[in-house]
Amino acid sequence: MSKHAKMLTVAGAVAAAVTAYAHNPAPAQAQAMEKCFGVSLAGANDCAAGPGTTCAGTSTVDYQGNAWTLVPAGTCESMELEGGRHGSLTALDRDLPA
Amino acid sequence: MSGQSAFTTAVLHADRPVPVGLIDPKGRPAGKRFDVYRNNVVISLRKALETGFPVLRKLVGDDFFAAMAELYVRNPPPTSPLLMHYGRDIPAFLEHFPYAAHLPYLPDVARLELALRHSYHAADIAPIAPENLALDEATLARATLTLAPAMALLRSRYPVASLWHANTDQPNLKVPDRGENVLITRPEYDPVVQILPAGGGVFVEALQQGHSIQHAAERASAAIANFDLAGVLGMLIAGHAITGVTIG
Repeated sequence: MSKHAKMLTVAGAVAAAVTAYAHNPAPAQAQAMEKCFGVSLAGANDCAAGPGTTCAGTSTVDYQGNAWTLVPAGTCESMELEGGRHGSLTALDRDLPA
Repeated sequence: MSGQSAFTTAVLHADRPVPVGLIDPKGRPAGKRFDVYRNNVVISLRKALETGFPVLRKLVGDDFFAAMAELYVRNPPPTSPLLMHYGRDIPAFLEHFPYAAHLPYLPDVARLELALRHSYHAADIAPIAPENLALDEATLARATLTLAPAMALLRSRYPVASLWHANTDQPNLKVPDRGENVLITRPEYDPVVQILPAGGGVFVEALQQGHSIQHAAERASAAIANFDLAGVLGMLIAGHAITGVTIG
């Protein structure tokens, strides 16, 4: 591909993106907003204001080192099991992001 | 040790003695009052981590997260008085956390949640009108973009965006076995997590480094044969991520 043709491709793609947005900006934004649903970011905001005012009420400090014997037991475990790919996430060197 | 550092150490470590000289209004030793204070400091920091890393917590479970938070909270103490920034070192912490060594994607999950928090608090800057991008090819070769402070790119060897979606707004999503380039934008008030198409990571990273649209597109096309430039630009435009065009 010649340099000129490449430039035309880029200019064409930019124009296409601008045109697509001009003709139909709402769906993309509506979709984007939808993806925010249920996120904890409102909580993160609360966090900036709230913590430090928490009063647990007792002086019983009960944090022991035996916590380290715990094993993660959440959705990541089931995620690993899904598709029979147990542990496969540890070795993804082949699919590096382009 | 100065009185202040002894106090700080005692606040974060329950096994340390109560600092000497603390008295209540009647002049009696105030050990129990200090215990309450000590407890509240640690609890509040742990709550801040729980609030800031909900997906991380969901992935490892409450017990594991609490145990991890205990260690993080006590060493080192916060470096900023702003709780909204607390937990910035969690990704690095997780990378050296032996109990999470078999979950190598956790640091990137934490990076994604930090990036979302950063995006949420980032300054408002109005996006440019998309028409300003409709330039001829010669101009595009010299045009660089200013990207919104609320925009972020996370290039991961792991499917962090899918993991995040599967644990927030898309519980039925099947997490693929792949690396993902994640684009965070804030089109309105809340950050949005999207997965960039192939080559999108190279393209956006080149834009962040100040390369022209033309050069960034060439880099992405060199990496990916069918790089979808219009698609990625469309995501940036719709995400209000482009705040300026400079013709160099």
